[in-house]
Amino acid sequence: MTWEVGSPLSIISILAVVIVVAAMLIWVERRLLSFWQERLGPNRVGYFGLLQVVADMIKIFYKEDWIPPFADKFGFVLAPAIIMMVILLSFAVVPFAPGVGVIDSNIGVLFMLAMASLGAYSVMLGGLSSNNKYALLGALRATAQMVSYEVFMGISLLGVVALSGSFNLREIVLAQQDGWYVIPQFVGFVIFLIAGIAESHRLPFDIPEAEQEICAGYHTEYSGMKFGMFFVGEYLGLVLISSLITVLFFGGWLGPAFLPPIIWFSIKVFCFIGFFILLRAAVPRPRYDQLMSYGWLVLLPISLINLLVTAAIILSMQ
Amino acid sequence: MFTLFKDTLVSQVVTLWKVFAKILVKADTVQYPEEQPYMFPRWRGRIILSRDPDGEERCVACNLCAVACPVDCIALQKTEDEEGRWYPEFFRINFSRCIMCGFCEEACPTNAIQLTPDFEMAEYVRQDMVWEKEDLLISGTGKYHDYSFYNVCGKKIGGKDKGEAQNEAVPVNVRSLLP
Ligand code: SF4
Ligand code: SF4
Repeated sequence: MTWEVGSPLSIISILAVVIVVAAMLIWVERRLLSFWQERLGPNRVGYFGLLQVVADMIKIFYKEDWIPPFADKFGFVLAPAIIMMVILLSFAVVPFAPGVGVIDSNIGVLFMLAMASLGAYSVMLGGLSSNNKYALLGALRATAQMVSYEVFMGISLLGVVALSGSFNLREIVLAQQDGWYVIPQFVGFVIFLIAGIAESHRLPFDIPEAEQEICAGYHTEYSGMKFGMFFVGEYLGLVLISSLITVLFFGGWLGPAFLPPIIWFSIKVFCFIGFFILLRAAVPRPRYDQLMSYGWLVLLPISLINLLVTAAIILSMQ
Repeated sequence: MFTLFKDTLVSQVVTLWKVFAKILVKADTVQYPEEQPYMFPRWRGRIILSRDPDGEERCVACNLCAVACPVDCIALQKTEDEEGRWYPEFFRINFSRCIMCGFCEEACPTNAIQLTPDFEMAEYVRQDMVWEKEDLLISGTGKYHDYSFYNVCGKKIGGKDKGEAQNEAVPVNVRSLLP
């Protein structure tokens, strides 16, 4: 078995590593949050509490897996599976390192955006089929938020695509050998970051599940492993967004040669995961209408202007 | 425009930085079972019944604590020994109801019932939360070392007649004053 794109070794290790990392993030997030809140966080199970995830998983497996009698069974069961599936599928196009990846698609960016939008169905279906007013409110919010943030999430990437001349994520990384795109595309980076948070509905944009307002939003009725899937799906989304930011703006696996490429990639991804967790610790949640008007009235025009300016500069340099 | 910029972007960045810097601050957490916190002597925890300096039970079964208790978790019954001392036949505190308010201690005229700094009283069986007199009685005097109720009160018991308590004058024989 060799390390090459699409080899079984590559595929299996990516799947395993991504899921394990996403599960471990539950512990990472709790620990980091508590450090930022002058607490210690879970540190009892295993060294530094590393086995906390195992304990949580055992607990969640033993919980009653309950489907409310008033829910629409089919959609209710399907919804958590969708979010896990689409996010894992998005990892197919992420280039982790030379020779590590699932496919080098020529439409990698489009595939990723499409999969991310499909994630909205999971949330929508989960909220709708729960037949619960909080879940419905959460689903409504999630759908509106995702639809509006999808728009400029795509547009903010077009600057990168224009600069590298490719939709292939691996080629985008290779095109960054002379400099990371975060410098020429700083505006695009900031907008993609914001859209990414909204897309993975992490705090401060966790409006679809805002515990303090609407219970747990779209997954109010979920319990047991189905809830666990939504939960891990959220962390998978976090890993995905961090990997994409790394690939698109921070040169993917590129870095000084004293560390192997995959290590550079992991370091960068973990910096962004840490940043997302810091956002959760520090920034309060905006009001729902603020989020929407901010998206449509500020971020969309800025991303369009960014695209136009980038295009104009590229044309004038030719 | 500038204030908008300052209020949104700059303040967010400052917030992020300040929260991030907290990672260097030592945690407030006390890692409890390994690290025992200092319990102040006047902490209101597990209740005990103390004895007077002679080693006799202080409690005179006056029921004042049971009356003062806001959650009615004290139950006791008075009885008397041959010397005339009153003492509780049984004395029962249901710690699953006790709210550690300390009212019983305040109400007690004999300093018998006292709250201590111990708080580790968890049990697996609820019935084990009910403590009887044998469980509550300690062999010492608790917080008040010299106080002995029968030495200061006027009640006559075996070995102590009227007028023999501290600061007590011998009673006047009213009949002898008759003309
Ligand atoms: S501490 Fe308060 S609640 Fe507890 S026995 Fe005494 S009076 Fe009752
Ligand atoms: S403990 Fe104190 S208040 Fe309660 S019955 Fe005994 S003497 Fe009275």
